[in-house]
This record gives sequence, C-alpha cells and structure tokens, in this order.
Amino acid sequence: MIAIGMEGSANKLGVGIMLHPEDGSPPRVLANIRHTYVSPPGEGFLPKDTARHHRAWVVKLVKKSLKEARVSVGDVDCICFTKGPGMGAPLQSVVVAARMLSLLWNKPLVGVNHCVGHIEMGRLITGATNPVVLYVSGGNTQVIAYSSQRYRIFGETLDIAVGNCLDRFARTLHISNDPAPGYNIEQLAKQGKQLVDLPYVVKGMDVSFSGLLAAIDGLAAQWGLGGEDAANEDLRAQDPQSGAVHIPQTDGKPTRADLCFSLQETVFAMLVEITERAMAHVGSKQVLIVGGVGSNERLQEMMGVMARDRGGSVYATDERFCIDNGIMIAQAGMLAYQTGFQTPLKESTCTQRFRTDEVFVKWRED
Amino acid sequence: MTEEYKPPALPSPFTNTTPAPTLLVQGAEAHLYKTVSLDPSIPAALKVRPSKPYRHPILDRRLTRQRIIQEARCLVKLVREGVSVPAVLAMDWEGQGGEESAWGGAWLMMEWIEGPVVRVVLEQWEAWMKKHATALDASQMPMEEDRVRGLMKRIGLTIGGLHKAGVVHGDLTTSNLMLRSPAQGQRQETGLAASAVSMEGEVVLIDFGLAAQSTQDEDRAVDLYVLERAIGSTHPRSEQFFDSVLLGYRESHKGAGSTLKRLEDVRMRGRKRSMIG
Repeated sequence: MIAIGMEGSANKLGVGIMLHPEDGSPPRVLANIRHTYVSPPGEGFLPKDTARHHRAWVVKLVKKSLKEARVSVGDVDCICFTKGPGMGAPLQSVVVAARMLSLLWNKPLVGVNHCVGHIEMGRLITGATNPVVLYVSGGNTQVIAYSSQRYRIFGETLDIAVGNCLDRFARTLHISNDPAPGYNIEQLAKQGKQLVDLPYVVKGMDVSFSGLLAAIDGLAAQWGLGGEDAANEDLRAQDPQSGAVHIPQTDGKPTRADLCFSLQETVFAMLVEITERAMAHVGSKQVLIVGGVGSNERLQEMMGVMARDRGGSVYATDERFCIDNGIMIAQAGMLAYQTGFQTPLKESTCTQRFRTDEVFVKWRED
Repeated sequence: MTEEYKPPALPSPFTNTTPAPTLLVQGAEAHLYKTVSLDPSIPAALKVRPSKPYRHPILDRRLTRQRIIQEARCLVKLVREGVSVPAVLAMDWEGQGGEESAWGGAWLMMEWIEGPVVRVVLEQWEAWMKKHATALDASQMPMEEDRVRGLMKRIGLTIGGLHKAGVVHGDLTTSNLMLRSPAQGQRQETGLAASAVSMEGEVVLIDFGLAAQSTQDEDRAVDLYVLERAIGSTHPRSEQFFDSVLLGYRESHKGAGSTLKRLEDVRMRGRKRSMIG
C-alpha cells in the first residue's frame, strides 16, 4: 500500500510517500521532500505569509515527490494530511490541496494528528517499541507515554513551547532563521562557557518557559547583546575558513554565545528532568525524542546520560525525520487507514487545537 | 544497549555504616534508604538526592541544594506546628560522594515511620471487598464503609493541619500518606472489623520534595484536587468516600471554607482540557 502524506502545520511544507509492502516487510520511504519558509533575521513567520508560501509550493512538491518515488497516481491508496494542531492558515492551505487531490484522483482522505505522526515516525525509524516520548518542537512540548489505545500526556508546557522559546531568543539576538533558528543557537552555544543564572520552572511533570525567556531577553538587553548591531559584530569576528567566532573574553560580562549556552543548558535540563520523572512513573527504560528540537545534539547527549544512569537508552532521529515532514503524516495515516479509518470529505477539516490523547490508537494492541 | 543499573555511591557518612543502608525506592529525583541513626536500634529514613550528571554542575548544585533545603525547612516547620510528618534528624546540602571530594548530591535523614502507606491499605481493602462483598451481611457492609470514611476523614483533618501551618504538599497521593502503626497493646480495633485490613494509626504525611510554603487558597485547593484525582485513578472503589476527606478538611481549620469553594473552581477548570472551537 502506498500513502502520500502532506504536512504544513507550521513554516515547513512537507510531502512524503510511504510504501507498506504487502508481504509485511518493513515500511519504506519512497520520497521525503520539504520546503521551508524562512523569514529574515529578527522576525518570526506570520501565518498569512506562511500560508502563501505553502499555496505556492504544494503542487510542485507533490509532483516532485511522485517523480522521485517513481509511482503513478494509480498506485496511491490514500492521501494523508495534517488535521492539526498547528497554525490555522498554513493548515488550511494544505488541507485544501489534499481535498483537491482526493477529488481529482478519487482517493480516500485520512486526517492525521501531527503529534501522533511524529511519534509513529520516531518509532518506525528507531525501532523503539514502547518508549516514553519527549515531543519538543516550535509549537509543542509534551512528555507522552502509551497506555491502552491512547498516547497519554504526562507532562507538558504550561505556556510556550521550548522551540518557541529558542526561536524567539534567536530573534532577540538577530540570529539567522536559515536553516532554523534553533540550529544556529546550537552552533553559537558550542562556544559558550559561562553559565548565567536563569529561572528554572518545573512543576511536577510540567514546565514553563515564558518567564525564562523574559529573563534572558532582559539579560541580553542589559549587556547590549541583542539586535542587529551585536549580530553584525559577531559576523565581523567570524573566521572565514572555520566559521568560528573569536570573541574576546571580557571580565564577568556574558557573551552572546554564553547566553545561548545557558539557555540550552537550562531548558534542556528541565526537559530531561520531566522525562526522567515520567520514566520513573510508568517504569519505562526507553526514551524517544521527536520534534524539531529533538535534532539538537546537546539535548540528545543530556538525555543519553540520564537514560544510561537509569539503565535504559535514548532513541533519536536526525533532521530528516525529526523536523516536520510529509512521511510521518503518511506513516501515521497509513497505520490508521489499515485499520479501516478514513476521513470523509465532509469532515476533512483542520483544527488549531487537537490534543495527542484525543486520537484512538487502534493500530497498537499492547 | 541496556546496561545493568548501578545505584550511585552513597554519601560518605553512610559508606561504612553497619548495617549498610538498604535501598527502598528509586524515584526520579531521589533514592530512599533505610538506615540507622546514632544507635543500631534506632531506624531512620535516608533520602539522597544524587547529583545529576546530565546537568551543568553549577545548575545541578543550585537545584539540589535549593530543593533539599526547601524540603527540610517545610518538615522542620511542620514538626514545630505539631503536624504529623517525619522529623528531620540530620542533613547535608553540600554532600560528598563515596569517593574523595566528589560531589555526591545532598541528603536528608528523617525519623523512621513504621507502618503501611495508605495506598497499600486501600488496595488490600478493595481486594478484600471484591472477594467478600457478597458474603457480608447487612450490618457489616455499612461498617466496612464507615471504616474507610473514618480513614478519609482523618486524612482530611491531617491535610487541614498541614495547610493551616502554611505549607502545601505539592504531590498528595495515597503513596505519600502513611498510617503510623500503634505500639503493641494499644490496638483497639481488633475484633470489630469484618475485614482483616487495619485502618488504625495516626495519618502521617511524607515526601515533601515538591512542597512549598504557601497560604493561598489556589495552592491549597490544587493540593486537594491532586489527591482527589489520585484516589480516583488508583482506588476506583474508594473514590465515593472522598467526600469524607473534605468533611475532615472543613473541620480542620478556619480558612477551610474558602479553600473548598476554590476547589469547585479548580475542578470546573480542570487542567489541560481541550478547547476546540
């Protein structure tokens, strides 16, 4: 069986094609194409601009993915799309495209929960059977574990997502959004040494980042590290060959790198702590990290140390599968489709709020 | 990939004690040991917060120190106010590890409470009722239920005392409530109850790892709400008796009324409810 997955809940537009062979051998990725709407430094992506980007690119991406996968329209069994959660306008532009293809090709639609897509793709790629899942991205921060046909949320953010916190601090520092603000923070953080004190807010298995963001924004303003001028200074100090920035150490004053370093150390420690608490609670030894922030190597490293101390292991994937993509929607959609699930045209809507635990996970039996 | 789990080294004062401390529980945050204090005949509970190697060392020390001091402060205050919690015997927030000069996390030694946790008592009672409920006669059934109501009411009174003293627990579950076994010869209940499950003993609150000093109705109501949810999910047969907790709570102190009113709001609000539309 072959499914097309279409994802566009944020600034990434992804189209992917998955094959589930009839003989029961492992599913295969036939195509995985993504196009990202990148906003200029210091700015986030606005829903209307992102939706315009998706509308402009969706046909090209579908055509390209079919070509790359070497499948014809007749081979396709179903069209999977992101029903939610996400930004309204980008979601809508993709669901319109999915509906159009469904009518044009006469193929059934399958609406997919974005979070469940991440979880199922992570499970497929890593082979983790029943892990505690940390789902961290620009819009979501959740600790999830499976129990009787639902992915249950054990802990989550009480305000903004961890990726949103990183993205917005990247805006404060005027760091480039290409390929992703979080990636550039990670690179800058590698040169940070000094840890500055930041609020650390863990409440049981929940976390909160908004106060922390306000605090570090305040520090950046206090030391004159935010804005375009400071960013240009960094660029001038950059070694053209290695890309390393030579920042003269000033007594006690933190650098931009120090702030990125401190931000990562603090927020990731919070995430690892709530994940560990969930592991202790459900008695699991496996952790799976999914979502865009999950491709951060420092987070993976910290999670690995924690898991090892508990006699377990961490499963993570790289940016192809971590960052929003079409195949994860195809994968989760196909699993549901195989149990007989379809989304009638009349119900093929999208929604900005769609909780992970609302989905009845019929395809798992444990 | 899976390696054998090795608990972290004990803090140095406990590496050579006889008998060696025995590990009771490994939580996410702390390890709980049974050990002795001063004399081998005096048992004590030892809570160790090992260092977390995944965290930056400065952040790790700051958090471990903050949390263990917070916990000890709450306990000391509660003992002084006459709330039944384990007394603090000793602590070290700059603890040394098993190896020379290694940071091994902080530790807190507390009075040993002998007795079962309420979770086990209720589980045993529910299991017993499931087996024998049909065989009970008309007078025994209400009596059994009254015993659970009595226990719930005592729990409510104890939580009321805690809140009155200006502390909220932060993680009230039936695993964090104990029944201190009465000394020999003081048992009164024997013979009265049909089921063999004893529910006597003073209710003692344990594990103040998430406790905070607060007198706000919101925090207090959340405490009660968390317990209500915990009883509902772990003891479905006893959920109907939760009203007795609130009954006991209402009698416990003057401010209870406004907290209970707030509890209504907290329940209505629930948390993390879906907002489609």
